[in-house]
Amino acid sequence: MLQRYFRLTRMEFILYLREPSGFFFTLIFPLLLMMLFGSIWGNDPFPGENFGYIDFAVSAFIGMVILTSGIMGLTTSIAAYREKGILRRFKASPISPLLVLTAELSSLFLITVAGMILLLVAGALVFGMRFYGSILEVFLAFVLSTLSISALGFIPASLAPTARSGMIIANAMYFPMLFLSGAALPREMLPPFLSTFSEVLPLTQVIELLRGLWLGGHLWEFPVQIAVLCGVTVAGFAIAAKYFRWE
Amino acid sequence: MNRGIEVILPETVIRVEDLRKSYGDVHAVGGLSLCVSKGEIFGIVGPNGAGKTTTMDCIVSMRRPDSGFVSVLGLDPLKQRMALLKKVGIQQQESELPDRMKVREAIELFSCFYGNLKADTGILSRLELSDKKESYFSTLSGGQKKRLFVALSLVGDPEIVFLDELTSGLDPRSRRSMWDLVRGLRDDGKTIFLSTHYMDEAEKLCDRVAIIDNGKIVAMDTPASLIRTHAFALSVIMGIPDSFCEREIESITGVVEVFREGGKTIARVRDSSAVVGIVKLLVESEIELGDFHTEKSTLEDVFLKLTGKEIRD
Repeated sequence: MLQRYFRLTRMEFILYLREPSGFFFTLIFPLLLMMLFGSIWGNDPFPGENFGYIDFAVSAFIGMVILTSGIMGLTTSIAAYREKGILRRFKASPISPLLVLTAELSSLFLITVAGMILLLVAGALVFGMRFYGSILEVFLAFVLSTLSISALGFIPASLAPTARSGMIIANAMYFPMLFLSGAALPREMLPPFLSTFSEVLPLTQVIELLRGLWLGGHLWEFPVQIAVLCGVTVAGFAIAAKYFRWE
Repeated sequence: MNRGIEVILPETVIRVEDLRKSYGDVHAVGGLSLCVSKGEIFGIVGPNGAGKTTTMDCIVSMRRPDSGFVSVLGLDPLKQRMALLKKVGIQQQESELPDRMKVREAIELFSCFYGNLKADTGILSRLELSDKKESYFSTLSGGQKKRLFVALSLVGDPEIVFLDELTSGLDPRSRRSMWDLVRGLRDDGKTIFLSTHYMDEAEKLCDRVAIIDNGKIVAMDTPASLIRTHAFALSVIMGIPDSFCEREIESITGVVEVFREGGKTIARVRDSSAVVGIVKLLVESEIELGDFHTEKSTLEDVFLKLTGKEIRD
């Protein structure tokens, strides 16, 4: 059982890395953006603060990795797997379909971890990034964030009748969050009405939570963010459990 | 107990009784019953859309039948799904793998599903895929993909192998090597349940055949006895002018029917003595003979007779 799970997870992980667009947009693109903005703004502490641009923005870039693998990665692979009959082939083997999905989620989690590590290493080596939080708390928040965004990704993966329509729904979720949640652009640059709107996007809560913890906050100081992300996780997986089709 | 006589009854490995499955208003399978014995090559044959895949899917627990009884190796496909899937191998008509999965990786992954951590790569040479080991799935030809899926159906060393449209889309040479492979599997003691819309494949390959049309079995037996029961033994094709009296040929004992087709006279006969009669008649009448040959009846003729339709690709 465990052996099968590890094999499947490893296979999915390798397959993700072999797909050039997935590889680039999940792992390389956020890194390039961080390098670009970092070279513009540097990482000297803001006036009156103990943190600089990179310390502040690294959570947003991590959020971007979580978003890309959770929404785009999940929808692309699951919808295509279903449409091409790959899930059907798995279903004809003595393996629980749930194990296939768990492995898929796990491999995406590993991808996200890899993306985060790349950002952290680059941040530390190039910009001398500072960290004021607790590693355990940040990691817990990271796991919750990844779960909730993947749960969100399961909605198009479950509801869309075809791979193509799944991609459309995924795009409709992806781009507003990418641009409005502070992942690609600082939310402070948004006009007030968009900034208010962006409050309802789960990724906004992800980035707020990660940033707060990164700069020295504690989990109990973010009840709203944690509640929203838990709610999204439950809702997403509930919809998947009800509507997910293998064929 | 009668110890003196040993009766060897073939062990039934698949039993299906009154299977029914509809999709909306379409009755894909309408009351189908069959038994398959251990060690035989059993084929369901019929045109596309006759209900072959649905039948197979219900037997291997890929679909839930509306009603009917199914038992495979003594297991209930709906209640003992995992136990069943461990003992059978399935090659599906339409399935794929991720584009960038390599052939070797696919074999290793699926072997591991059956608890074999070391994949048996001998299976690849048996299916002539050894030199494709490191190729991506998306780069394989249609025939190679088909062979890979057959390989995947064998990695768990199954007792029964299910093959759905095994050779559709293959070139004649690959078809023949696939047939040899299937016969080899039977010789290894495995039971084969296959579906095909190729009548010649069913006739040459299967020990027993169920002809299926509109979700029902119209006949089930060995190919030879199906032909014996439902078709004429031979067709005699004669290149003779149509002025030559058909009625005289018809009156020969053993001739069932005579008709013209493609500028030739064709007589369907029951046995070879009728052929002798026809030859005698032709010689005596000193008619000019363009062509003269006989053709054995095939399963195709049986199908035509039983369903009134021609099977097409």
